[in-house]
Amino acid sequence: MNFLEVKEVSKAFVNHQALSNVSLEVPEGKIFGLLGPNGAGKTTLIRIINNITLPDTGEILFNGESLKPEHVQHIGYLPEERGLYKKMKTGEQALYFAQLRGLKRHEAMKRLKYWFQKFEIESWWNKKVEELSKGMQQKVQFIVTILHEPKLLIFDEPFSGFDPINVNLLKQEILNLKEKGSTIIFSTHNMASVEELCDNIALINNSKKVLDGDVQEIKQQFKLNVFDLHFKGRFDKFSASISTDYKIEEVRQENGHTICRTKLLNGSTTNQLISSMLPHGELVGMNEVIPSVNDIFIRVVENENKLQVAEQVK
Amino acid sequence: MDKILLIIKREYLTRVRKKTFIILTLLAPALMAAMVAVTVFITQLESDQLRYILVKDSSNKFEESLKDNKSIKFTFAKNTNVESIKKVFSDGNYYALLIIPEDPENENIELISENQSDINTKMYISSRIEEKIRSDKLKELGIEVETIDAINPNVHIRTIKIKADGSEELSSTEAALAIGYISAFLIYMFIFIYGAMVMRGVIEEKTNRVVEILISSVKPFQLMMGKILGIALVALTQFLLWVVLGFIIISITQTIVGVDSVPNNQLTEQVMQEGSLPQEIQNINNDNKVLNDVLESVMNLPIALIIFSFIFYFIGGYLIYASLFAGIGGAVDNEADTQQFMIPLTIPLIFALMIAQAIIQNPEGPAAFWFSILPLTSPVIMMLRIPYGVPAWEIILSMSVLIVTFIGSTWVAAKIYRIGILIYGKKFSYKDLWKWLRFNG
Repeated sequence: MNFLEVKEVSKAFVNHQALSNVSLEVPEGKIFGLLGPNGAGKTTLIRIINNITLPDTGEILFNGESLKPEHVQHIGYLPEERGLYKKMKTGEQALYFAQLRGLKRHEAMKRLKYWFQKFEIESWWNKKVEELSKGMQQKVQFIVTILHEPKLLIFDEPFSGFDPINVNLLKQEILNLKEKGSTIIFSTHNMASVEELCDNIALINNSKKVLDGDVQEIKQQFKLNVFDLHFKGRFDKFSASISTDYKIEEVRQENGHTICRTKLLNGSTTNQLISSMLPHGELVGMNEVIPSVNDIFIRVVENENKLQVAEQVK
Repeated sequence: MDKILLIIKREYLTRVRKKTFIILTLLAPALMAAMVAVTVFITQLESDQLRYILVKDSSNKFEESLKDNKSIKFTFAKNTNVESIKKVFSDGNYYALLIIPEDPENENIELISENQSDINTKMYISSRIEEKIRSDKLKELGIEVETIDAINPNVHIRTIKIKADGSEELSSTEAALAIGYISAFLIYMFIFIYGAMVMRGVIEEKTNRVVEILISSVKPFQLMMGKILGIALVALTQFLLWVVLGFIIISITQTIVGVDSVPNNQLTEQVMQEGSLPQEIQNINNDNKVLNDVLESVMNLPIALIIFSFIFYFIGGYLIYASLFAGIGGAVDNEADTQQFMIPLTIPLIFALMIAQAIIQNPEGPAAFWFSILPLTSPVIMMLRIPYGVPAWEIILSMSVLIVTFIGSTWVAAKIYRIGILIYGKKFSYKDLWKWLRFNG
């Protein structure tokens, strides 16, 4: 079941089109990666989901209902441009934001105590925010985002400004939230964390959705029929012997093996590749090269941009 | 609605608890009181200092009339030799040497001193001499000095207003002027201080990047109004505290300094500021007819109307300016960029205070009328006029215009604010703002 559905949403600003006919389906209880280059329209989409701006056309379904301002209580939003009141005390401020999200004062207090203990930051309660380091402020902000136990969490670049230890802490918390049943939308340029965390992704480029689906399926789709062949033997003889049905893209040496990245062309098979190798050496192993999300991202975006330039030339 | 209250609460508490607020609130009346006290003290010091003046009176007519007073003591030189008198003057501890010729009417009288003689001394001497000459001449004409004294006019015009029911009441131009001026100036000051505070608050939220989290929880309009109203409460708190502290300080000053030494006009002003009359002031000054008239006419002023319209224009003017200031804050990234948008707002306000003098001279004129209707100047100008009496329809018109403008300015500001607060790192022109206004979404 889809927890959030974005249906043909368009949004124009005074000087540019931010979103055109974007549709997305975010399944319940999954982590959904919203990817795209800078200025693609991700933040606009996130703001629309958060009721900050209204779409020109299209609609958002939140848990099956048309999105209403009241739904904001069930959304936790960690914006990319984040900040706190510098002169306000940390605890007081966390309490203020929690109340703005609809929590009662004593309930907010109870939960804040729990989280401040869990993150071992109780001693910051009476400190002004300006006395905290940037990473510390981010922690407070994270707590504020999840405190009202929202069903939908939106994290825009959640790891920026954190050291590796805290990134791990945060990843763990995000996975815990997922386990508890929250649906999470995750927008980042850090592709490694997308691979690690996301179940589904959507790629937005130039205000349009260009790709979406299950991460594993997308990876399969974007396979290029490239294999890494590991063998011991004479690479020069092997490369001289293979036909034009194979294209060697990269060769490297590792632990005395030769690893030869080969693309299969014209319907040739791995069996044929192995048989042409066997006379020249000993097969150690072989694996298919699955493109990383990073590769897919770059490939799709560059391709799209080329198409656009071509269109403009026409 | 709950959320707007939360925002108001935060805006109010964070500001009221600030040390600068507490210090300013306590210090400002104390400073005012100190200034009054120092002025009184210095005036006393000055008058205590005795000035000895050596007089060479060649006409021998003025020994009687040049009487010593609190600060001047005359010594008449019997010696007629100018040189020896000058020697006495330079040897002795004299402030000045006054040389009166035989015929003071046709020759110059000289006042010689080491420093420039002060104006009070000069005026005192010349008035004494003139009086003596005048009375001598009257005697020559056969008129007794007593007769002159008896007919010497002492004119004080009592201004009386006839009310619609035919009854008369004592009015005072001075009282009206003071009350009008003080209320107008207070409104002007509070609009500027607290309007700018709203703007700075908006810019702070924008530069701190808090705003995005905030408006994912509340509507931009709620956030803006919460801030404007919260700060309005801060302004009212400060104003009320000042009134209360003012009362306390006045009563302390009265007991310590003693009312006698406080100059009358100053007392009157203080009374006017507070809008009521402590009984003892009235008693002490019973002998002073003019002051009493002023006090009576203060009582005759439409106090209720003045207080009501003060609060109305105070809040109304603040709300209009604060909402526009909030719009500006939303459109810029830092205070340095606010200048181009601030000028069209500050000019009407400064202009209103500048023409205050002219308005007071002609509180019924066309300029007074129009500027007390136009919403950007009416809070200041109408307050100047109200103590003089303004037709009810003008007040109603002016207030209605103010309310309508407030609704309009809030609408405009909210639109600019809503778009502006989410855009960082760009500078905007009026053209951009105009586009935002026409842009729906």
